[in-house]
Amino acid sequence: MTTQQDKSKIPPEQLKRMYRDMVRIREFEEACPKLYSEGKMGGFLHLYSGQEAVGVGTAHALRSTDYMVAAYREHGLILAKGAHPNEIMAELYGKATGCSRGKGGSMHMFDAELRFMGGYGIVGGHLPIAVGIGYSIIYRELDEVVVCLFGDGATNQGVFHEAMNMAALYRVPVVFVCENNGYGIGTSVERASAVQQLYKKSCAYETHGMKVDGMDVLAVYSGVREAVERARHGGGPTYIEAITYRFRGHSISDPGTYRSEQEKKIWRDRDPIPKLGNFLVETGLVSADALKKIDTEEQELIRQAIAFAEESPDPAPEELWTDVYADDPAAAGQEIS
Amino acid sequence: MSEVTCREAINQALQEEFERDPNVFLLGEDVALYEGSFKVTRGLLARFGDRRVIDTPIAEAGIVGLACGAAMTGLRPVAELMTVNFGVVAFDQIFNHVAKARYMFGGKVAVPMVIRAPGGGGNQLGAQHSHSLEPMFLHCPGLRVVVPSVPADAKGLLKSAIRSDDPVMFLEHEGLYGTKGEVPDGEHLVPLGKADIKREGKDVTLIAVSKMVYVCLDAAKTLEKEGISAEVLDLRSLNPLDRDSLFTSVSKTRRAVTVEESWLTGGWGGEIAALLMENLFDDLDAPVLRVGGADVPMPYNRNLEIAAIPNPDAVVGKVLDMFG
Repeated sequence: MTTQQDKSKIPPEQLKRMYRDMVRIREFEEACPKLYSEGKMGGFLHLYSGQEAVGVGTAHALRSTDYMVAAYREHGLILAKGAHPNEIMAELYGKATGCSRGKGGSMHMFDAELRFMGGYGIVGGHLPIAVGIGYSIIYRELDEVVVCLFGDGATNQGVFHEAMNMAALYRVPVVFVCENNGYGIGTSVERASAVQQLYKKSCAYETHGMKVDGMDVLAVYSGVREAVERARHGGGPTYIEAITYRFRGHSISDPGTYRSEQEKKIWRDRDPIPKLGNFLVETGLVSADALKKIDTEEQELIRQAIAFAEESPDPAPEELWTDVYADDPAAAGQEIS
Repeated sequence: MSEVTCREAINQALQEEFERDPNVFLLGEDVALYEGSFKVTRGLLARFGDRRVIDTPIAEAGIVGLACGAAMTGLRPVAELMTVNFGVVAFDQIFNHVAKARYMFGGKVAVPMVIRAPGGGGNQLGAQHSHSLEPMFLHCPGLRVVVPSVPADAKGLLKSAIRSDDPVMFLEHEGLYGTKGEVPDGEHLVPLGKADIKREGKDVTLIAVSKMVYVCLDAAKTLEKEGISAEVLDLRSLNPLDRDSLFTSVSKTRRAVTVEESWLTGGWGGEIAALLMENLFDDLDAPVLRVGGADVPMPYNRNLEIAAIPNPDAVVGKVLDMFG
């Protein structure tokens, strides 16, 4: 666990930035249900509220040249990696200005420049892709790292084990971060996994395993940073289990009857945002007014993102047919030189 | 020109592309130390080392996914599936990831990779080891589907596939690795999406890929004796599909028979037949007919297996039916 001493090592500006990033994600996510009910966005909508500490703590442990790959609850993750809320909201609106140009939607956010290599909708399916990015890094002899985030449900998929095995075998610089929010849709971890402590699954591949408090951004930051530095210096993959909780349902259409009000309250009381906010105020690093100012600024930023999305154009009709294949001479039966 | 086998031609393509582009690498089960279960990758490990020629665990989804991630970050992987039958284990990676990344990420990423997969029947390998799955990959937008027959095409098409910015399913036939043919010396590229007339004729076009091209060539010889001049059109790639060559040939002969080893139901022959009828209806003197694999899991028994795979007699019979 992160100690008070660890916290004091993190520059106040970065702590403030972590707070701001978590607030941004929360404000973004909490704006969505109303917009969804108004028909502004379609499809699935998996919100990240409650899990912000995992994404933000992870992103802060990375360099801008490090990669992130994620599952489908990834609005918060691409925001944590540095995406502007405008592009993320526009993507949810299906607009041409979205990060995936309106062709991806909630589950398929992407930004190559930020090295956010995609949100993926098949549980566990992106884990081998992360291993491939890791292999690509060592192939090119770079000191970059890839972090792969996924849910507790992914650890029961066959491909999880293939990816863990290959990552360890080739010693690729991958940090696996399992966001254990307790449920794969409506099925609890207890009812889905023979091993309850998910980080212990790392031992099958002699990979470093670690459990962190996913409701504490500093605990996540500290754990991921250790793993990232190990990976960067040739120490191979790490598998981190971050214990967290989603404050909302699996998706927007989930009535959530499988979780008791008492359980939800226990976790809401552990909300990572006031936790860090209180720490910052109590230690005198930031004033209560300054925090409030951050909250207000982020609310405004999200309001602007909604306005941006509203005003943005839909993709042109001919966009239906673009991006299926490369603009490649092969398509025209021409010689490729 | 030198005479080489398909196995050697594919090996040459790999060696030349490895030499040309340091971002090209190969991974798969038993491809390095063992030099491939069909010995296609002979000599590669010794020449290029274990960073570029990688033995993997038996984990097809892992292999394809790893290649996908590497391709998305600028490398040009060639993933070998020991056989296309095991590729079914990697369908999620191929269909949901490899084929979709470019589109679902708004064209902001390319997946320049090749999945080499031998397949086909004819060696009494039974129900799980004899598949011809071209139609399944053809069904999925985002993938290129290349199916070579002769060594020169195998070499030239593989080199183009490796240079393509799209993911390419490169479907080899296990029964053709030892088949010899002339391959031009030096750089030899065959563009994807360019069909080839393997035999000229004027009365009917036999449309085929892979091993069925040879079946059609045999059938054409027999038909010649019956006074029917058959053209054999080797599509070489099903995607991109060379509609021009297809339409030109069939406009000339006014008759067409598709011949495929894949199951007839839902096969690519139906797609070609539909295209011909949609585009050339007035030019056709007869309905387009199809020959395909029997719609059964492949039987082990030698005689039953022979009956399940199209042979020259089946093609001749179909053509004679057409001429009534």
